[in-house]
Amino acid sequence: MDLFEYQARDLFAKHGVPVLAGEVIDTPEAAREATERLGGKSVVKAQVKVGGRGKAGGVKLAATPDEAVARATDILGMDIKGHTVHKVMIAETAPEIAEEYYVSYLLDRTNRTFLAMASVAGGMDIEEVAATTPEKLAKVPVDANEGVSIEKAREIVAQAQFPAEVAEKVAEVLVTLWKTFIAEDALLVEVNPLAKVASGDVLALDGKVSLDANAEFRQAEHAALEDKDAANPLEAAAKAKGLNYVKLDGQVGIIGNGAGLVMSTLDVVAYAGENHGGVKPANFLDIGGGASAEVMANGLEIILGDPDVKSVFVNVFGGITACDEVAKGIVQALELLKSKGEDVTKPLVVRLDGNNAELGRKILSDANHPLVQRVDTMDGAADKAAELAAAK
Amino acid sequence: MAIFLTKDSKVIVQGMTGATGMKHTKLMLGDGTNIVGGVNPRKAGTSVDFDGTEVPVFGTVAEAMEKTGANVSVLFVPPAFAKAAVVEAIDAEIPLAVVITEGIAVHDSAAFWAYAKSKGNKTRIIGPNCPGLITPGQSNAGIIPGDITKPGRIGLVSKSGTLTYQMMYELRDIGFSSAVGIGGDPVIGTTHIDALEAFQADPDTDLIVMIGEIGGDAEERAADYIKANVTKPVVGYVAGFTAPEGKTMGHAGAIVSGSSGTAQAKKEALEAAGVKVGKTPSETARLARQVLGG
Repeated sequence: MDLFEYQARDLFAKHGVPVLAGEVIDTPEAAREATERLGGKSVVKAQVKVGGRGKAGGVKLAATPDEAVARATDILGMDIKGHTVHKVMIAETAPEIAEEYYVSYLLDRTNRTFLAMASVAGGMDIEEVAATTPEKLAKVPVDANEGVSIEKAREIVAQAQFPAEVAEKVAEVLVTLWKTFIAEDALLVEVNPLAKVASGDVLALDGKVSLDANAEFRQAEHAALEDKDAANPLEAAAKAKGLNYVKLDGQVGIIGNGAGLVMSTLDVVAYAGENHGGVKPANFLDIGGGASAEVMANGLEIILGDPDVKSVFVNVFGGITACDEVAKGIVQALELLKSKGEDVTKPLVVRLDGNNAELGRKILSDANHPLVQRVDTMDGAADKAAELAAAK
Repeated sequence: MAIFLTKDSKVIVQGMTGATGMKHTKLMLGDGTNIVGGVNPRKAGTSVDFDGTEVPVFGTVAEAMEKTGANVSVLFVPPAFAKAAVVEAIDAEIPLAVVITEGIAVHDSAAFWAYAKSKGNKTRIIGPNCPGLITPGQSNAGIIPGDITKPGRIGLVSKSGTLTYQMMYELRDIGFSSAVGIGGDPVIGTTHIDALEAFQADPDTDLIVMIGEIGGDAEERAADYIKANVTKPVVGYVAGFTAPEGKTMGHAGAIVSGSSGTAQAKKEALEAAGVKVGKTPSETARLARQVLGG
């Protein structure tokens, strides 16, 4: 989960990374009091999870509380690269900036370790720095069990060739930033820019944090950081039911078991769609192993509730899960939806293979539901589902 | 022969007495796996009856190894306790630890991987978030259904469980030497490369099928490895061509970030290394048949 800047700022502050004061608001009028609290002037910063907001006009100085209201009025509702601004941060104005640096920690999947990255060329897109002047970006592996002590931080600072007068201060920031990374189960913590200001202090002026969803079991506070406004309503409804669902922009609803098989199903449907007017998969939905009738009903309910969906492809390979159970689940799910008064009109194509496939297929054939068609190969079923979606 | 797991493997189950552990221990026994014990400190000294097979429960992995000669552990331990369980297996220096658990925080898997490395990698870790591995007709360590296929000459390595089953099913008449599910998490123990190396060395494997998916660069690195080191034919499949950027597709590691980790890049890298890559699982199976037939 990627966080907004203000949320990253809050986490940095919590773990001792030096930041400026600021608060997040969602109405222009609130900018006045927030700016007054900061002594009468502020920076109004659009909160969007995308880079380049400064260039897009999403960051403005306000010399008075009235000006802050005017700037907040301009920025709230603005579209920045397809992201609508719903919140702005009213931040303390930075003291005069002398230099801008970059520091981050992230997971290095390739080397299966954590990585510290640091550069004296901060304030700009770090991927550009990495591409054009890689010698200016120090990359230092960090052992997950050893972590970042002040000695390790000094090693990072030395490799990135920070100026002597800020070296110790940057090292201290690196230690607190590591605390943030560990304590919050983050996949990424990034400060850009880390600014050296006229007083000689270093301050985190902007930052990015991405959190590990798998750590939710021990990070009770993270649920509150979720951006519920931005979530697709179908994705939100699926999440509430504990389903692994991603909304896509096609017309064929997909239900399958196992992440790999479902990803593969999306691809196979997209290929089939090339022969049927370009229809595409409408979603990713993995119902996991041992799909009960209830889980199947929940999944079908989400997918049938998607107005973009014209047909549904249920693709199950029975591993441990028995296909007869899956077939019963589908039949019961349709009955359940009917008993709830839902008018199911979209055709379902079902492919069952693997454990007890014959039994499962027989259950579907016997049920003889007018909307359910059995096709016994993945490719054939994908083609049928695409054809049905294109015909609608 | 086969890789990593044979009929001589002596298997213990960490988390055997939980519901998932019980269910799958029974299934593994049914597939002929030599399960010599379970581990649960609170139930040490007891035993569990699986349809007439008494499996003793030990307090620690080390004790189980000492009393039974176990050399493989399969872990069905909930995410919150998985790191401690893997560290225990590493400390006991068991040669193979198969971590089935899904949903382990990446800070935990990074930590136990770093720990395994610091101990000289005496324990091979498979997973986490994987279905385990099977050597048909000999032994099954994990949750792969034992009845899909029979012993044969194809070696399979896959990030995905259900695609493993699908591919074993498509090629069930030919059979498999071993099938290894390496898992879909960002940090895993055994990689495609490790399995490729083992299959290349395995005299019972004639063809290797490699299944990848979006996220990370494991497939690209495997392609480099194949080019330099693998002389046996390799057929590949990559899932997730239609996955949008920035969305996690079920597996924690299955995410396209910016322009990196795409299925297209992986397919191209594999093809450049001489791997025949199928567009769909069925086409991949056809390619495998062609290679074996010709």
